[in-house]
Amino acid sequence: MRPLALLAALALAATVPFWIGGPYYVNIASQILLYAVFALGINVIVGYAGLVSLGHAGLLGIAAYAAGRLLGAGHGHAVAIAGALAVTVAASAIFAALALRGTGLGFVMITVALGQIVWGVAYRWISLTNGDNGLSVSARPSPLGLSLASPAAFYWATLAVFLAALGSMAVFVASPLGAAVRGTRDQPRRMTALGYHVWMIRFLAFVFSGLWSGAAGVLYLYYNQFVSPQAVALTASAEALLMVIAGGTGTLLGPIVGAGLVVVMKNVASAYIERWNFVLGAIFVAIVVFMPEGLVPGTRRLTRWLTRRRLPGAGHLPAARQSLP
Amino acid sequence: MSVRIGRRAFLVGSTAVAATLPFPAIAQGKPVKIGLLTVKTGPLAQGGLQMEQGTTRFFKDRNYTLAGRKAEVIVGDTGGNPAGTKTKTQELIERDNVDMIFGPLAAFELLAISEYAAQNKTPILSLAAAEDMTQRKPNPYFVRASATSAQSMHPLADYAAKELKVKRVMTISEDFAFGHEQMGGFQRVFEDAGGRVVKKLWPPIVTPDYTPYLAQLSGVDAVVQGFAGSNPLKFMKQYKDQGLKLPVISGSVGCDDALLKSFGDEAIGIVSCSAYCADLDTPSNKRLVEGMVKDYGNIPGIYAAGLYLNGMVAEAALEKTGGKTDDKEALIKALRGVSLTDSPRGPFKFDHFGNVVGSFYIRRTERKGGKLVNTIIKTYPNVSQFWTYDEKWFLSQPVYSRDYPPLRS
Amino acid sequence: MSLWLVLAVNSITLGGLLFLLSAGFSLIFGLMKIPNLTHGSFFMLGAYLATSLIARGVSFWTAAVVSGLAVALLGGLIERLILRRLPGAELAQVLVTLGLSFMIADVCLMVWTGDPIQVATPPGLRGATALAGVAFPTYRLAISLLAVAFAAGLWALMDRTRLGAMIRAGVDDAPMARVVGIRVSRLFTTVFCLGAWLAGFAGVVGGPILSVYPGLDGEMLPLALVVVILGGSGSLLGSLVGSFIVGFLYNFGQAMFPELAYVVLFLPMLLVLVVRPQGLFGRPAT
Repeated sequence: MRPLALLAALALAATVPFWIGGPYYVNIASQILLYAVFALGINVIVGYAGLVSLGHAGLLGIAAYAAGRLLGAGHGHAVAIAGALAVTVAASAIFAALALRGTGLGFVMITVALGQIVWGVAYRWISLTNGDNGLSVSARPSPLGLSLASPAAFYWATLAVFLAALGSMAVFVASPLGAAVRGTRDQPRRMTALGYHVWMIRFLAFVFSGLWSGAAGVLYLYYNQFVSPQAVALTASAEALLMVIAGGTGTLLGPIVGAGLVVVMKNVASAYIERWNFVLGAIFVAIVVFMPEGLVPGTRRLTRWLTRRRLPGAGHLPAARQSLP
Repeated sequence: MSVRIGRRAFLVGSTAVAATLPFPAIAQGKPVKIGLLTVKTGPLAQGGLQMEQGTTRFFKDRNYTLAGRKAEVIVGDTGGNPAGTKTKTQELIERDNVDMIFGPLAAFELLAISEYAAQNKTPILSLAAAEDMTQRKPNPYFVRASATSAQSMHPLADYAAKELKVKRVMTISEDFAFGHEQMGGFQRVFEDAGGRVVKKLWPPIVTPDYTPYLAQLSGVDAVVQGFAGSNPLKFMKQYKDQGLKLPVISGSVGCDDALLKSFGDEAIGIVSCSAYCADLDTPSNKRLVEGMVKDYGNIPGIYAAGLYLNGMVAEAALEKTGGKTDDKEALIKALRGVSLTDSPRGPFKFDHFGNVVGSFYIRRTERKGGKLVNTIIKTYPNVSQFWTYDEKWFLSQPVYSRDYPPLRS
Repeated sequence: MSLWLVLAVNSITLGGLLFLLSAGFSLIFGLMKIPNLTHGSFFMLGAYLATSLIARGVSFWTAAVVSGLAVALLGGLIERLILRRLPGAELAQVLVTLGLSFMIADVCLMVWTGDPIQVATPPGLRGATALAGVAFPTYRLAISLLAVAFAAGLWALMDRTRLGAMIRAGVDDAPMARVVGIRVSRLFTTVFCLGAWLAGFAGVVGGPILSVYPGLDGEMLPLALVVVILGGSGSLLGSLVGSFIVGFLYNFGQAMFPELAYVVLFLPMLLVLVVRPQGLFGRPAT
């Protein structure tokens, strides 16, 4: 059943530009996927490693600015993308080394500090980042000669990156490293006693999450063709964290749903609901009250509860007449 | 689950598309659509809400009809950030097919969408003061009826040097492009008139306590500030509490008319310069001020007046094109060719970059009848973005920034 | 030099305001382990409510106490209806408190609109006091005294009263405390209400200095976090010392290193956390 559902989802996703009703909605879909990549990356550290980060927008920003600067210096897109990812991975390593000095709220605050420092640099170091006037990018890349300028082409490129991210997440989760990461979240002391290097495992998880934040940053830059300090503000990190938590940490689907929720609310719903900020906050509160583990696990729980009535082999008899175990 | 979102978006999208299907009629049957990019949530909402009020005021005045054609305003909340602005602009241009865009509010929002809108040949009428938008990196479809960042500071510096006889000043403004450009403009004209800027202070936009900066303001004849948003209020209160007595010279938004109702006595005596003053005695301004007071209980400031102006510019342009908006080149030509004598800001026209050439007003804040008002004390007519400098020379210089013009040490 | 004197005195007065701001957060986080990210919104809401009360003729201090009570009531409802179901669920607490802060911020925007509102300094504390030939705003000096008074009061409450002992018992070992007959849940609601009251009260007290405007919540929350983290969460003394340290860093940092104005608080915080992750006065993580 599940592979069939996956194939159907893939088919629908691949054909989005044809049925979604206009280039504006294709762009929304691209945004959902790009933030889903970002959220998936954050989920590695928040959901699987159990460490709350409020500084990942800093990593996204580093990637976007690095790519922007490399493009501005006249380099080609391949160099810019590779350079941006390399710089972001290096930055993630530094962030991780500093942040892992703390645990619990200390870890969170170090990530906040790092994010704020990146933000301050983005504002202040005008010769590097052009300050609040931001960096503009005039052209999107044309991999293999196919221009990504149109919304549909960009969407497919984003879909490809998203699938790569999702695939790598699936591999990661199923791998021994993924299990070890979850182990450090649930039982760090036992893991240490068993001989696992907890710090190194967390470090690798952080750098892995940083890599995908970097990929999201490159996508962000090419999508908007503009980056400014707003992209690395604390609110950006908070929003991404909210996507992960609302969707359901520690699941693969959760961050995607969370990203979809926030993007749709911010961009589409805001056209119809004037007080969309209030509604978004109310949705978060409702999620916590009714599905505190997140939308995806909560929905799974709900569907399991709804379909629990049906007994195996009940045939055509109405299930309600029979007593449940 | 991206599927689920997709379907939802599809339903929403198809409903929206169905709702805006063009009527099978002549071009004049279709309303002219104006997209308003404003900020309705977050810290910038103050200016954003006023922009919307000014726009609504104008269209109500004209009964939502411009040049004989029905007009429709579609409001987009950008959230005050560039990515949100880009998305809303895409929505307005691609989904709603607007004929022109009013707004956005902030310079960084404008910079995020400028290229995209220009590619679509959608005219933008914005208050965002970014200098280069009409100087070194001009957008051919851009029209600005308010002012560049420095355009109101040039005459202010002239007035300060020649009439207030101020010789030495310190400047203090937020550390972002708008602040840099304002103070740069002031410095150039002030120093060319024989004055001297001793020090430039740049507190971050978010500064709860200005005391570390206030403590450095001394040894000069006056303090020049260019704060925006809610910061002027905080700054002036803390300025007075700290016991500072130096006269304050302010940029246009630092002493905006709409903000006066929130000030206390600390604002009395501020000398500022702006493209707009509620005090201005023209018939259209009288109508605007009365309408704003009736609808919203407050006099308009530059944000509301600026959007009202945009409405008048759009109307005048449409009268020239006979109500047609299909020919984008003709539309932008008509927009930039607008020249009005009776407007809330007095007479104005546009230069070949699409930036306004008009009157700027030096005002002093005083208490009249229990209320704080800005009274016009001098008018500088026909001020362009280049002041009295030669355009070519001006453009050959770097754009005003934090370190340009440099401080003479 | 008068510049340094002004900065030094202002460090103390700003520290006082910061303590009032962060005491509530420190209390809730220290005792209940809940990262109450709605704290900034409580601060802003208290300030806005007071402006409406003051406009109707209520005196400043009465308005401060009453606004605090209104915010405390809201806090109590939040704790009872929502947070109580999430003991230890850190992520859910983060999500719900942030969601609530969105809601409160939007309601404030709806009710009080986007224009900033000035709060008049209470009569009797207006003007300046001269110290060593330099004038200092009297109100700010009063705030520092108020902060110290509150610090002493809170310490006395926690350390010297039966209520404080019960609260500490509930924090240290809730099941045992319940066995002994302490109504732990009710006490936690009381603590949350007290923290919320402090936030609302601080918002009003800060009004004459900061004024009230949309976005105030987002500007104040990071400051409270820095104070609590630097000082060490859970320690009231730590918050007090942390407030003054942040006050000093802010004043001298902004004046002496304007290049670092954006990171003048976060860079030192980062350094402290990297060297001593539990903060200056916190207990090392077990």
